[in-house]
Formats: sequence, C-alpha cells, structure tokens
Amino acid sequence: MAESTLPKKLTRKDFVSDQEVRWCPGCGDYAILAAIQKVMPELGVPREKTVFVSGIGCSSRFPYYMNTYGFHTIHGRAPTFATGIKCARPDLTVWLVTGDGDGLSIGGNHLLHLLRRNVDIKVLLFNNRIYGLTKGQYSPTSEQGKKTKSTPMGSIERPLNPLRFAIASEATFVARTYDTDVKHMGQVFEAAARHKGIAFIEILQNCVIFNDGAFDPWINKKAKEETLAFLEHGKPITFGAGGRKGIRLRGFAPEVVTWGEGEAPPADLVVHDAHDASSAPAFLLADLEAPMVMGVLRQVEAPTYDAGLVGQIERARERAGGKADLAALFREGAETWTV
Amino acid sequence: MSATTTPSRPGKPILEFERAVVRFAGDSGDGMQVTGSQFTTTSALIGNDVATFPDFPAEIRAPAGTLPGVSGFQIQFGSVDVHTPGDAPDVLVAMNPAALKANLRDLQDGATIVANKNAFNPAGLKKAGYEQNPLEDGSLAKFRVIEVPLSDLTREALKDSPLDPASVDRCKNFFALGIMFWLYDRPLDPTYTWIRAKFKGKQVLIDANELALRQGYYFAETAEIFTAHYAIKPASHLPPGEYRQISGNEAIALGLVTAARKAGIDLFYGSYPITPASDVLHALSRYKAHGVKTFQAEDEIAAVGAAIGASFAGALGVTGTSGPGVALKAEAIGLAVMTELPLVVVNVQRAGPSTGMPTKTEQADLLQAMFGRNGECPVGIVAPATPAECFTLTVEAARLALTHMVPVFILSDGYLANGAEPWRLPDPDAIAPITPRFVTSSDGPFRPYAHDPETLSRPWALPGTPGLEHRLGGLEKWDGTGNISYDPDNHHHMVALRAAKIERMQVPPAEVMGPAEGDLLVLGWGGTFGALRTAVEQVQREDGAAVSLCHLRYLNPFPPDLGEVLGRFKRVLVPELNLGQLWTMVRARYAVPAVKYSKVKGRPFQVAEVVARLREELAQARAEVARG
Ligand code: SF4
Repeated sequence: MAESTLPKKLTRKDFVSDQEVRWCPGCGDYAILAAIQKVMPELGVPREKTVFVSGIGCSSRFPYYMNTYGFHTIHGRAPTFATGIKCARPDLTVWLVTGDGDGLSIGGNHLLHLLRRNVDIKVLLFNNRIYGLTKGQYSPTSEQGKKTKSTPMGSIERPLNPLRFAIASEATFVARTYDTDVKHMGQVFEAAARHKGIAFIEILQNCVIFNDGAFDPWINKKAKEETLAFLEHGKPITFGAGGRKGIRLRGFAPEVVTWGEGEAPPADLVVHDAHDASSAPAFLLADLEAPMVMGVLRQVEAPTYDAGLVGQIERARERAGGKADLAALFREGAETWTV
Repeated sequence: MSATTTPSRPGKPILEFERAVVRFAGDSGDGMQVTGSQFTTTSALIGNDVATFPDFPAEIRAPAGTLPGVSGFQIQFGSVDVHTPGDAPDVLVAMNPAALKANLRDLQDGATIVANKNAFNPAGLKKAGYEQNPLEDGSLAKFRVIEVPLSDLTREALKDSPLDPASVDRCKNFFALGIMFWLYDRPLDPTYTWIRAKFKGKQVLIDANELALRQGYYFAETAEIFTAHYAIKPASHLPPGEYRQISGNEAIALGLVTAARKAGIDLFYGSYPITPASDVLHALSRYKAHGVKTFQAEDEIAAVGAAIGASFAGALGVTGTSGPGVALKAEAIGLAVMTELPLVVVNVQRAGPSTGMPTKTEQADLLQAMFGRNGECPVGIVAPATPAECFTLTVEAARLALTHMVPVFILSDGYLANGAEPWRLPDPDAIAPITPRFVTSSDGPFRPYAHDPETLSRPWALPGTPGLEHRLGGLEKWDGTGNISYDPDNHHHMVALRAAKIERMQVPPAEVMGPAEGDLLVLGWGGTFGALRTAVEQVQREDGAAVSLCHLRYLNPFPPDLGEVLGRFKRVLVPELNLGQLWTMVRARYAVPAVKYSKVKGRPFQVAEVVARLREELAQARAEVARG
C-alpha cells in the first residue's frame, strides 16, 4: 500500500489531477479550482480521504481536475450520492460541486434535504445565473426579464436567492464569495471546511460565454468598494470609502448610513453575529443588494446526520451486548419451532 | 398454568383432514391481519405446513362496513406439502355483510360461512349494498352458514371488564379466533403469549383479549353450532431443523444483512416508503445492532443515489421499492452500470401501470427491469419463487452484484412480500463467503477500469486508499484507464463488455420438475411458483400426463441450458401475471413457439384455473399430433 499522503506537507500541486482542464478560456471556474487546490493542503486532510462529488453542468466537471477521489454523477442528484458516501464512510471529507441549474432547478429537492439534514458535507454552488453546458438558457437565478435562447421576449420567472434558500433549508453554515477574489474564496472555503456540519457556499461565477459580466454591477474593481460589504463576525457591517458606510435597522428594514471622515460611526450600526440562534438577521443580509454581502452569513452548531446515524448503531450494539451474529438475527422477533 | 391453558378436550368427534383453507374477512379496522397471523403462527408451531395470503385495501381506513374497506387474510395449512394459500376457503369468517359480499364469489358449494350475525343489521346491510339480509333470504343455501352473534357474545363475555364499549367490541376478532381454534383443534397458548407481549403493561387489555379468545373457544365447544371439529396433523415432509415463519419482505431484509456480512462490508439501504416494499425498510431499520445503515430518503431518486454513493464508498448499497419507484430510479441505475459499481435493487412488484393497485400483486415489471433505462444498460435479474426463497436469492443477487460490479434486480411481488411460510433457519457458516475484487495498491498508475478476464469485474478501490485516487462518472470510459472517451470503437467495445458481464454470471442450470422431456413444459418465474407447482403435480398425478415445470429464478442471464430444456418439450406454456413478458423474452432469445397464459387481475393464479388450462394445452397438443 502506498504511503498515506498526510505526513509530508502537501502542496497545491498534489491536488492537481492529470486531466486537461476544459472550461472555456476566461471562465470563472478556473479561479475557483485554483482557490480550492490552494486551500486543500492547509486543511490537513489526506488526499485519499477527500472526495469531490458533482452533478451535471460546467461546474460539475470539477472532480476530474482534483487529484482526490471523485464522482461525477447525474443531473441534480449529487447531494444524494454525497449523502450515501458520507453516511457509509463518515471518516471521509466530502465536497459537493454544483451550479444554479444543477443545484436549484433539477436538484432543488435534494439540496433542500441535504441542507436540512445537516450532513457534514461542503457544498460549493457556482452561481453564474445561466445554463452554460446546454448553451445559454435562463436558470432559476436569472433575473426577471432576461433574454436568453429559450426566453426571446425575456424571462417571466422570478429568480431564487440561493442564500435565502439555504437559510430556509436550515443550513448551519451559509456563506457567499466570488470568483475574482482568490484570497476571499480561500478564507471562506477554509471556514467551511472547519465547520462541523453542512456548509453552503454560493460562489458568484462569471460565465464569459453566455452571461458575461452578470455580476459586474457588484464586483468590478472600481465599484467593489461601494457595492460589497465583507462580513466579519462580531464587527459592525461597514463598506464604502474608508469603511464609512454601515447598515442600521429601521424596524425590520435595513438602511445604509454614512458618516464623515474622522467622525465616530453611529452607535446603532448592525453588528454581524453569525452565530445568532435566529436566522432572521441572516435573511436580512442575504437580501441586501446594495451593498451585497460577502463572507459567512450564518454559522450555528447542530448535530450532524452522519454522527446521528453512527451514534444509533453504537447504541444498538451496546444494547445487544455483542449478540449480533447471524444466527441470532435469524431468530430475532420470531417464534421458532423444531421439526 | 391454570386459567390460561388450552381448555381440555371436548366431547365432540374429531375428523381428520390433510389440509384446510380458512379466510378471515372483516373491516380493515377489525384486526383481520392479526387474527390471520395468529392462526398461522399457531398452525406452524404445531407443525403444519402453511402458506398465507393477506389481502388488504389500499386505504388505511376506508369507511367502516363498506366493500372497499374489507380486509382479508387467507391461510392454507396441512399435514402435506402446502405451496399456496389455497384457491377457495373451506371456511370463511365474515365479520360483516361487506366482508361476506366481497368474498362470496371465491367460495365453492358446501363451504362453511361463519358470519357475525350482529353486523347483519339494516345499517350494515345497506353499507354493503344488500337489499335483503343474505342470512335470511335463502341466497346462501349452497353453503353451510353458521350465524354467531359475535358482538353480543363478546360483550357478554367481557361484561366485567373495565374497558369502554368500543374497546370491548374490538376484542370480537379474538372471540372469532377462539371459535376457529376449537374448530381446527389448535392450542390457545401461542396467542396468549402474543397478547401478553403485545399489550405488555396494560393488564386490562391482556385480560380482555385472553378472555374473548377463551370464551370463543368454549362457545364453539358447547354451543350446538358445530357437530364435529377437525384435526390436521403435523406435516411430516418438512426436513428436520429449527423453523420460523417468514414473509418475503422479512426474508429479503435478512438476506441483505447476511450478504453484507458474508462480504465483510456494511449494508446501506436507501429507500422511500412505498407499498408493498416498506416493510423491508422497517425490518432493516431495526437491525442497527448488526451495523445496518438505513436511510429514508426524500424521494426514490435520492434513495438510489445514496445507495450508489455508499457502494462507491465501499458498502453494499441497496435500494428497495416497487415499480413506480423503479421508474424514477432508472437514470441512477444507469450510472451504476456505467461506473460499474455494485448495487442491489429490490422491486416488490405491484399492479400497475402508474399508481395502479398498490396492495395487489402483479409481475409486470420484468421488461422494465430488463430494458427500462436509456442506452444499452444491462443488469442482472433474479426472482424468488416463495417467501422463504427471498432470503436465498437476495444473498445470490448481492453475490452477483459484488462479484461482477453491476446492479442486480430482485423481482419480488406483493404476494411474496406479505405471504408467509415456514423457513428452516440456515446455518450461517454454510453460506459461502462473497469476495469482491477489492484493491489496495497498484503497480504504476491505478487503472480503475482494468477488467478481470473472467468476471469482467473492475477493481473496487475504496476512498481512503492512498495512491488509488480516481474519478468515476457517467461519461463513457476508456477500457482500462477509465478516462473519458468519445472514441467510437471504444464505445462499441464497452457496450459489449457491459453486456458480457451479465452473460458471464455463474447461474445454476434450469431445474425441471417432472419428466425431462415430454408434451408440455410450464415455464414460470417469481411468485406464481406455488400455484404452478401444485397444478402441474396434480395433472401429473391425476392424468399421468408428461407435463413438467421449469420455474426460473434467474432471468438475466437465463440459466445456460434453458434453450435446450425448452427444445425437449413439444409445447411450452408461459403463465404470468402480465401480458406475456417472460414469453416475449424467451421467444426473442430462443425462437421457440411458446404459448402465453396471462392473468392480470391483481390476484395470484388459482390452482384450479391453471389445472384447467394445462388440460386444455395437453388436449391441443394431442390434437396437433393426431392431425400430424
Ligand atoms: S459555458 Fe460559461 S460556465 Fe461553462 S465553461 Fe464556458 S464560460 Fe464557464
């Protein structure tokens, strides 16, 4: 048997597979892949203990490029395979790669239940607000009125906010990041990896071919300072030039407050509490469009499904007192007679 | 034991019979399934061979007293071989007019009807759609009708019980059971034991049910309603050993645990509740001490997806469902075929199409199992013939899946799932181990699709193994490396390889019951076995005809010698509870002029109808010979 890869310090290269990467040049997926490969050695998990699972779509080619165990499954169903893997083998670290179509359209039901159960799996949802692999139809996150190949007069559907979906599905870790900030992606991925339980990360990802610039209003270099607010637990939510803009609540409605250079920030700024038992603040943050928040919106503790499953088996074994052989099983709960 | 032992021998004469058929019928709230099961357990415990057929409505509680709400439980018990629950009941216990009406057409002249007279009141008659009381209008003259005021008698027996009137009334099924126990000379103790366990801690209920049972027994003994009672001696043909009763669903659950243990891996069962397969999930969820992981998924697709994920991770991944669920799982099963992962799919078939008749039996999903996926997507298929055989064939299905790294279907059905028969407990050590092709290292780069020349299995490298990291997926694979490939010749080669995997499975030769060649071969599969065997044996015995039965347990691949076996008979008849699915397969495969015999009523074959059909076929065969 080959040596475990744990003792020697791994590098990014150890996680690069021998397969040629085949996304379109300029696709945001490249940066996400690089960020993951960079963060992997920091996590202290041996390569062979890591499994990447995906569904179908551009993003779902991801496992082929990771030199770990990997499973490229069927459209929308990746959460089900990932659940089976984690339940069968809780010792494995399972990452799930999906997209806005794969995860929120065809696989919406599975994603909901994966989040609700709190299976210890890390979910990366690449949101490019379009169907890429099938060449440019609108997705569940496309904005209303969007003209695509299948909506020549504009989409009449209302889009879904992935973060609100995740929070409503009782996910215990909910975060957002974006494909042009490798450092921020790294921080969020690492925080997710260290969370015990389900972690859901929406990654704003640019599809250069079918939806180029979909997130430009927020994340282009010039506007960014004014349009993105980076969350830090325990700190007031601030953004803008010199960090002199903040959020405060009027009733349940958030509003932006600005203060002058050298002035003290208002005392009633919203302070981010990712661990709030109530999910209401996370909903408010997920809703914000100006600014849009980046980082960990919510992180709470809850028992995981996989640990619960193993725990019940251990308890049942204790109760049985080792009388779990097949001969005993055949008689279990039945009256027997001898001929 | 004083008060609770079986009452002493009464003075009426005992007539001996080889076998008898009893059907309990009442409202679905009347406890007919419990009553039937108790009669069965007791009969099995005193050594009879038994076969049962519960027949219940899809509605959990249809309106009381109506025809859709009638629930039935039939048992045949005998001192001789019993292979079916029997065609027609010798005794029908009818708890109300609806139960009588729903079951009357199954009775033969001279049958005995034990009717709860109290329920034949104007309201009860109206709900059942009777304009006149059948107990009084002479319409039952062909039968021996025994009217028993069950409700009154139970109330009288329990007059000192602190139970409320509704609860007292619910004890009347045990009063009826007591009557039947006297009639067939069976002991009450096994039922007492059951009552005490069931109502543990509720002494009032224990007392009431025991009293109702005992008073029923005494009533039958003393009242002038039966002139004699019957004895059915213990069966002598059963091989010695320790026995229990087992239903098909229980047997599948035990088979799965056994297979996983024999392979040295964990069992993972992903399932979504569906009639009539849910009991497999229920049973397995109680086997946690045996390391069994059950997962009640959000839907059928998730159930199979999780099972395949578990297989990828090194468990025996199994999903169980019925036909509608299999329809939903098709795409995922294709992925298991493509990624060459082991998977067991349990299909407890029910009457279709669509939602069909969920609680009724049928065997119309054979072609779905064969062909119900996109692309060339072959799987193994086994079909147990009896409830107890569900155990053996489940172990074999898992063995094939693990040995060849493919999905294998188990086609059970509602009749096998809920029917029960005695099962001789196997010696766990006598069951052969299962040896999947695990790999833990590789010389040079790991080749996840390097196929074994014999089984064509690919190596099973489990996540967690250093150096064997690899990626699987639904895209076509290059043989050997497993890299994605769109090469035309490779695709043709891989399609053929996946088909060859199934053909390479080692399955036993076809078993022929009766002469090895002759006029007529009955070719069956699945849950029809009991009726076909009984019918064939009857025709062999009574007509001296050269008729044989070949009942297939392996449907993909077929037994290697099946073609030759078919060729040794002048005529081949294929009875199925569908419109001719196995018939289509054997005609396509062997080009034999087999004749189909279809019944699609949601009910099993009756022995008498099969016998009649066999005689017709034999007459036809003779006529053809005469014509030259
Ligand atoms: S279609 Fe869009 S999302 Fe897909 S690989 Fe190309 S750029 Fe990336």
